[in-house]
Amino acid sequence: MNGYNFAYLDEQTKRMIRRALLKAVAIPGHQVPFGSREMPLPYGWGTGGIQVTASVLGAGDTLKVIDQGADDTTNAVSIRRFFARTAGVATTTDTEQATIIQTRHRIPEKPLRKDQIIVYQVPQPEPLSKLEPSRAETRRMHALAEYGAMHVRLYEDITRFGHVAISYDYPVMVNHRFLMAPSPIPAFDNPKMHMMPALQLFGAGREKRIYAIPPYTDVRSLDFEDHPFRTTRAPHCCALCGADDSYLDEVVTDDAGGRMFVCSDTDHCETRQSQGHTGTGEPLSKRAAAREVAK
Amino acid sequence: MTDDTLLSARGLSLHFGKIPALESVDADLWPGEVLAVVGESGSGKTTLLNVLSGRMHPDSGTVWYRDPHRRLHDVHTMPAPALRALHRSDWGYIHQNPRDNLRMSVSAGGNVGERLMAAGNRHYGNIRAEAIDWLTQVEIDADRVDDMPRTFSGGMLQRLQIARTLVTHPRLVFMDEPTGGLDVSVQARLLDLIRSLVARLDIAVVLVTHDLAVARLLAHRIMVMQRGVVVESGLTDQVLDDPQHAYTQLLVSSVLQV
Repeated sequence: MNGYNFAYLDEQTKRMIRRALLKAVAIPGHQVPFGSREMPLPYGWGTGGIQVTASVLGAGDTLKVIDQGADDTTNAVSIRRFFARTAGVATTTDTEQATIIQTRHRIPEKPLRKDQIIVYQVPQPEPLSKLEPSRAETRRMHALAEYGAMHVRLYEDITRFGHVAISYDYPVMVNHRFLMAPSPIPAFDNPKMHMMPALQLFGAGREKRIYAIPPYTDVRSLDFEDHPFRTTRAPHCCALCGADDSYLDEVVTDDAGGRMFVCSDTDHCETRQSQGHTGTGEPLSKRAAAREVAK
Repeated sequence: MTDDTLLSARGLSLHFGKIPALESVDADLWPGEVLAVVGESGSGKTTLLNVLSGRMHPDSGTVWYRDPHRRLHDVHTMPAPALRALHRSDWGYIHQNPRDNLRMSVSAGGNVGERLMAAGNRHYGNIRAEAIDWLTQVEIDADRVDDMPRTFSGGMLQRLQIARTLVTHPRLVFMDEPTGGLDVSVQARLLDLIRSLVARLDIAVVLVTHDLAVARLLAHRIMVMQRGVVVESGLTDQVLDDPQHAYTQLLVSSVLQV
């Protein structure tokens, strides 16, 4: 901790970010600009999330960091270690014990509680960015709640593919007012945002935007009356814990077609395994995979 | 201004530096009426259209619009959200170049359905049925509904733009040279289409054109503009058959007789 202010950022910066956060919480789903700082990691690795976490972190907090649901990937490990060193806070991989969870691409499977905060790393905060290149115009569209263009995108998907083909960063309507990008979480996780007891904070470092969803806020995924929003997941059970309701990662195990489906939320999977749940056990072995290929 | 006037402009003036684009222009439009604005290029026709539709602010003068509930709105002082809502539903704007209005990377059906979705329609089947209905009305084959506009010809693009604009049943449509840049036979078909749609749906139109034949075919009344000034106005046949102002006489006599 020597040589650093608590949680790396100086107090004035944290104050500035907290003010942006307060405004963001007051207007659910509205993007608030903030003076994003250079952080000791590259853009796209969570500079927004790390600044938000630094601003809300207290000495008594317990921090969990996940990347694609996993606690043991490079990004998760290095951000967790960063705060352990610069703030001296306790860290954990247990969703239950964490008071602050910084995440990239997932929401933990275990429902969050009202004394927890989840911080999302956001690459592109503007849900309309692919439809309208001008940021001045998208701000006007948000101000006037003109979201017809987003439905045109859904319409096009249904026309071409028979269903809405957005699998991640699926746009949501927050509190019946603001269209919001939920960050690149799978559409599978969207329903978890609805009426979540925990405070949800979003930080986009490169784009310099902060937004938030206060606890117990209405969050709806966009859809059509005759094409209601539906989540999808790989039609398998986790090979390690046997879960048939969690979001799965496909892991390629060799170059002969061998693969396995495992929970992307490592904590969820390990908890289940310690409770005695087992999957098919083995991943498809090289020989089994080869047999399958030979067939 | 009578109780029924749909759109009414009084004393519109606008200067671009030293160039007078509009010089105390008055105009009135009644429901279901087609008003043509003719004149040579640079005479202020398109500027007038932009000012009437609230896309541009005049230096002085006012434009009044009467909504379906018979309330009057000053187009240039009404709140921006209300004006945009008007442009999305009650009004339409047809550009000379359909590419300015259409989303070229979205299918024809999506283009037609956009205004419906903006108006809050959230039923895919209904939106699609409505889009197909409108494509048929503008004489585009229903099986082109999923095709991209870039595969359409110029005339079809213009018809697609018309379908996209009329789908919300606007009461007032601004048209800026709707037949410009099309060959003569396509023009004739398009004019025929516009005329029948406008008559059937009882739409009021402000039509900007430099083509007197277009004005003659579509318009009930006509305004002749020169250097930002309305030099003559009246019933179309009256003005074109018996032009009083020297400039109108020049315009009429310069039309090629075939």
